[in-house]
Amino acid sequence: MLWLTGGALVVCLAMVLGLVGWIAARALPSFWPGRVVALEARDGSLHIGEVARVEDFRLPAAAVAELPEDVRAGLVPDDDGSVWTSRTLVRTGNYDLFDSHYRWIDDLDLRVPASGDVRRPEEVAVVERMEWGRFYGFPVLAARIEALEAVDEAGRRSEVQSWSASEPPDGAVAGAQVSRRSADGRQVVRFVRADAIQEDDRTVAFAWIHEGSAAAWDRLAAWVPAAAAQRERIAELRQREVGAVAARLESARLRRREAEILHRPSPAWVAAHDELRAARASGDEAAIARASRNLADVERDFGPVPPAFLRAVEAAEAVERAAEAEFAALIEQIAAIEARASREVVHFATSVEGAEKTIRVLDIVRAYPANRLALLDRIGVYLARSGEFLAGTPREANNEGGVFPAIFGTVLMTLLMCLVVVPLGVLAALYLREYARQGPWVSLLRIAVNNLAGVPSIVFGVFGLGFFCYIVGASIDDLFYAARLPQPTFGKSGLIWASLTLALLTAPVVIVATEEALASVPRSVREGSYACGAGQWQTLRRVVLPQAMPGILTGAILAMARGAGEVAPLMLVGAVKLAPELPFALEPPFGVNRSFMHLGFHVYDLGFQSQNSEAAKPMVYTTALLLIVIVVTLNVAAIALRARLRRRAFHSTF
Amino acid sequence: MPSLPSRRSPANPLPESRPSSLRAGGWSEPVVHAEVGIAEPCFEIDGFSLWYGDARALERVTMRIPRGRITALIGPSGCGKSTLLRSMNRLNDMVGSVRVEGGMRLGGDSIYGPDVDVIQLRKRMGMVFQKPNPFPMSVFENVVYALRVDGVRDRSVLEEAGERALRDAALWDEVKDRLNASALGLSGGQQQRLCIARALVGSPEILLMDEPCSALDPIATSKIEDLMASLRGDYTIVIVTHSMQQASRASDFTALMSYGHLLEIGTTSTMFQTPRRPETEDYIRGRVG
Repeated sequence: MLWLTGGALVVCLAMVLGLVGWIAARALPSFWPGRVVALEARDGSLHIGEVARVEDFRLPAAAVAELPEDVRAGLVPDDDGSVWTSRTLVRTGNYDLFDSHYRWIDDLDLRVPASGDVRRPEEVAVVERMEWGRFYGFPVLAARIEALEAVDEAGRRSEVQSWSASEPPDGAVAGAQVSRRSADGRQVVRFVRADAIQEDDRTVAFAWIHEGSAAAWDRLAAWVPAAAAQRERIAELRQREVGAVAARLESARLRRREAEILHRPSPAWVAAHDELRAARASGDEAAIARASRNLADVERDFGPVPPAFLRAVEAAEAVERAAEAEFAALIEQIAAIEARASREVVHFATSVEGAEKTIRVLDIVRAYPANRLALLDRIGVYLARSGEFLAGTPREANNEGGVFPAIFGTVLMTLLMCLVVVPLGVLAALYLREYARQGPWVSLLRIAVNNLAGVPSIVFGVFGLGFFCYIVGASIDDLFYAARLPQPTFGKSGLIWASLTLALLTAPVVIVATEEALASVPRSVREGSYACGAGQWQTLRRVVLPQAMPGILTGAILAMARGAGEVAPLMLVGAVKLAPELPFALEPPFGVNRSFMHLGFHVYDLGFQSQNSEAAKPMVYTTALLLIVIVVTLNVAAIALRARLRRRAFHSTF
Repeated sequence: MPSLPSRRSPANPLPESRPSSLRAGGWSEPVVHAEVGIAEPCFEIDGFSLWYGDARALERVTMRIPRGRITALIGPSGCGKSTLLRSMNRLNDMVGSVRVEGGMRLGGDSIYGPDVDVIQLRKRMGMVFQKPNPFPMSVFENVVYALRVDGVRDRSVLEEAGERALRDAALWDEVKDRLNASALGLSGGQQQRLCIARALVGSPEILLMDEPCSALDPIATSKIEDLMASLRGDYTIVIVTHSMQQASRASDFTALMSYGHLLEIGTTSTMFQTPRRPETEDYIRGRVG
């Protein structure tokens, strides 16, 4: 019996540890900067990238027959003529140039097999970009574009001359970005020194050029952090300032709409008024006069509109005009910042002849010389990527960047759920155990509650969508947010409905645990309280509940663990692939009606909905590990709280 | 003390020798000693009967509990003495399917009357249970619990009443430095005295003790008995006990019950020295029960 019980425990532990260990083993290395290999094919083409994995496969006889004679000579085919060989999945990046992120490369096609002594070019750079994924290439030069306007043929050369006489940045030479016809007749854009500009080059821009790989690396190190700051500034302007103006515009529109709902102007008046407004905006005198006459006619026919309404409309329009002006100024400001920040570029060569790429430093998140990094530098890249993962926002269809919004959404939703389910479940359990007269009906109810825990969670999702979103939410909209209709405020999936749905889902857990905890409080303690002249509620509140609290918290912990890991119902009631805003705001309704990102849904989305599944794979593991860590953390926090309460109640001082 | 012939012998084992009225059924008028009638009653029980469902646990119990004295309820297990005690502050109400007949009066006020506020009634009584049952809170909060639920908020009133109750319960010196520590950290004997202090804090008219020493060791037991002796005169105490020695040592009056009947009640000395009923004699001599 000892062996049976112990064996069962070992099997359980092995399964749990195996799962967590497997996820951790896949997740933890995913941010580690690997070495970049250069695989040389027999046809002379070069593949540069990071090895994702290697697998053995059987090359069928027909394919073997097509191999070159010298390759075939070294093979030992099976009876049916097929050959076991291996292939390597290489992350070659450069999606914008090659139309793929990854590439399978057969060992038989390579001069040196991938497992052999492959070349690792010293100069190769790994560039993580805001868009288009990774880039692998060789930095050729860095440039700072000084004048963007093209100059006509006559003025071109003299302009460069006079300009290069001014003080150049450290180590830079004067040059230009030119559009040139290459040997194979294609038009290419590249940077050249001022003295290398040819007669038929068309100058795109003048630039200070830092030639050579070393200088380019040097510039990258200096410019990338500055670019990050500019990106942040732009994002902040877009989000905060533009968001504020948009919010003002929206609230003006809402006030106008509210006034319309209140005063009910005739549609004819609204149409005439809108026409006048459009005419004023266009500035056409004749149109203004016509619209004014039209409006006067309408007012004569239908009677004048209430002055309160007119005032509301005028106030709203004033706000709108001011906001629109601000809007334009902001857009201009953002454009200016972006233009200034776009001047710094780095030009890269790639493994393919002629496929060169100029990348704005503004678009570069991170660049590092993968094959020159010392251990400490690699740890630095690892930590930087991990930090971005935890604190950053997603980019590249969630394949890259961070999951902070998902962490935020998960934690907030779980806490909100606890806030709802614990009081609700405890009160329900109190009624069932303490107030209800025990009998067949209560037993039936108890069985029903227990069975509720066995209902598939997606059913709760459907119920939440139907009841909370479309009935409760729509009613709230009708009552309080009528001005925003038909745009729903609460009548759609959102954080609050997700929390309520999960609260419903986890209520049985809390109810059952609370009932057990209440039942475990000895009768003698209750009687002691009654004998002191306490009523039932006083006894419950002062004696029974404190004594049952650890058990109740155990239920809350179980509920939290269940709720935090639940995904299926969330897909219906609030979780989205990419939420533009965090589900939090300072003004009512405090953002709780917004859709949100959730780590569990993120795992599903990355793993099964991603366009670039290979690149998403490490993110799936990492996100899953993070979800586990967060659930464990929440649980540990609750367990610590329980231990504290227990200590307070049973051992130490108050 | 007259010497009585022993009825127990190997040839005549216990069950057959048991007097009929210590067996179930059969009603006989209880023997009430004259001293009980003379003393001023604090609590009166009039023909009280109680059923758990169909099973009768008490039958026509009539007794008066003298004020300021300690009355011990003795009797074999299951004779209804605890039930009687718990009926006195209506704790049996908590059990479903309980039915009663007859009445009780505390200082003249009916306990089972139609308009009785049970909570107000319980506030006039204190109760100590078989096992110490301190609440999961500090020593101080335990003691003043009855006042707290009564709505007393004034800190000085609470502190004064708490200290007095703890002094009355002879616990003050032991816990005065750990009033804010959890009561569950006290020893068993201390916990029981704490429960006594808790029962005393509202200056109850009657203190009901349900085998208060059954879970305690001899030293803790003797402390509780000393405490009861010190409370004698100020408080009316009813104590249910299984221990003849305790009843004889600590009580002024003793009542013997059996199968839901009151058999005999009198001063402890006469009950133990010159009992009138042979069943009483048998029981206190340890021949039955």
